[in-house]
Amino acid sequence: MMRASHRHPGFVAALLHRLSGLALAMFLPLHFLALGLALNGAAPLDAFLAVTRHPVVKAAEWGLVVALATHMTLGLRVLAIEFLPWRDRTAATVTSCLGAAFLVGLLLLLNGA
Amino acid sequence: MTAASADKLAVEVWRGGATGRFQTFHVARSANQTVLDVVTNIQREQDATLAYRFACRVGMCGSCAMTVNGRPRWTCRTRVAAALASATALRLEPLRNFTVVRDLAVDMRAFFDKWQAAKGHFEPAAQPPDDFAIVPPTSSQRQAADAGIECIGCGICHSACDVVTWNPDYLGPAALNRAWTLVNDVRDQGNAARMDAVSAGSGCHLCHTHMNCTEFCPKGLAPTYAIAGLKRAMVARALGRAP
Amino acid sequence: MTAALFIAQRLSAAVLAFAVAVHLATIIYAARAGMTAADVLARTHGNKAFLILYLVFVVAVAVHAPIGLRNVLREWTAWRGHSLNVALAAFALLLLALGLRAAVAVFVA
Repeated sequence: MMRASHRHPGFVAALLHRLSGLALAMFLPLHFLALGLALNGAAPLDAFLAVTRHPVVKAAEWGLVVALATHMTLGLRVLAIEFLPWRDRTAATVTSCLGAAFLVGLLLLLNGA
Repeated sequence: MTAASADKLAVEVWRGGATGRFQTFHVARSANQTVLDVVTNIQREQDATLAYRFACRVGMCGSCAMTVNGRPRWTCRTRVAAALASATALRLEPLRNFTVVRDLAVDMRAFFDKWQAAKGHFEPAAQPPDDFAIVPPTSSQRQAADAGIECIGCGICHSACDVVTWNPDYLGPAALNRAWTLVNDVRDQGNAARMDAVSAGSGCHLCHTHMNCTEFCPKGLAPTYAIAGLKRAMVARALGRAP
Repeated sequence: MTAALFIAQRLSAAVLAFAVAVHLATIIYAARAGMTAADVLARTHGNKAFLILYLVFVVAVAVHAPIGLRNVLREWTAWRGHSLNVALAAFALLLLALGLRAAVAVFVA
């Protein structure tokens, strides 16, 4: 499915970084709008949050937290390659980044998100 | 893909220019054959109109670069068995990101134009210096230059680069790698213009560290890290320090 | 991208690395403690440290996200040029306005 020249860790990292960034960019205005509801007191915010108890929404929230963690860890890898005299062992580094991101996701899942 | 029989290899070869079609040939298998062996067999024994390039045959010149089963490779240094992996046929295409001249031969001019645009050439001083430059081989600058100096301009990194595909103006990994070796050459006097060139709209900051270039360079070079060096130099310069 | 946009992107990334780490830790802490929205707002109400963190967070995001989006749009669609820059500047202002409003909202709630 993936082009042969793309089947290596560096490209997977770049693709995940880009897709997670897109998801976060689209989500952020909604996030800010929802939080802004607090200006009108607790009631409107609670009414809105009732919607978020739906399992599909909860799953999406979890996905967004994992997207945030993924975007951050892969972004730190880019910063390390660009600004530190660091030659990464690409496969191991990318795996570690994604592992850390999923650890965040796991912690959220196990702690009654 | 067309299946091969036990003793014959099926080879799908691009014929035409920007538009065209794949033509299937069958070539006798032999032990340790390279993709260059296969394409040479086709052109000499089966279809003399097939256009392709090679020169040294021994992995020194880079002329034979083309896309083999989706990956940019030197055909002289690619064994058919390795290229096939689990596929049943060999698929030969011209290098991606280049204009096709005919069949498997591409126009390299734009590639070398970018080399010039990135100021990838040595700039001597207006007057010769009084004495020889002292360049300790273990100095960090010389080591940085040496890490990228073996590039022979085969074009594989340029072909592999997704940013070049998405933004044809991007100078590309080869030109930028060469620029970095010159930034680190203490004898060179052209760094102001060079840094301008690699910091401009089509310069080093477009690299997204996909690392296709590093993955596929047949010389084992790492343009990704050369480009990272240029990014650091660009930032240092913008913040008012010398590159 | 220009060199200036690249530098802004990387600088905001460095700021966000810190802010996001704190944010993720907060999210996990809140989930672990079973906090409701009211509980969270009780913690952020009048909390100057959180306000400053969120203000810095919002400014960094308003710089970082539009520049990243610009790269994606220029590379994956045919949109480029002046109209793209204007649209993304507008998106940056939108994020800034909504974000600052949200940061203030959880401070005064």
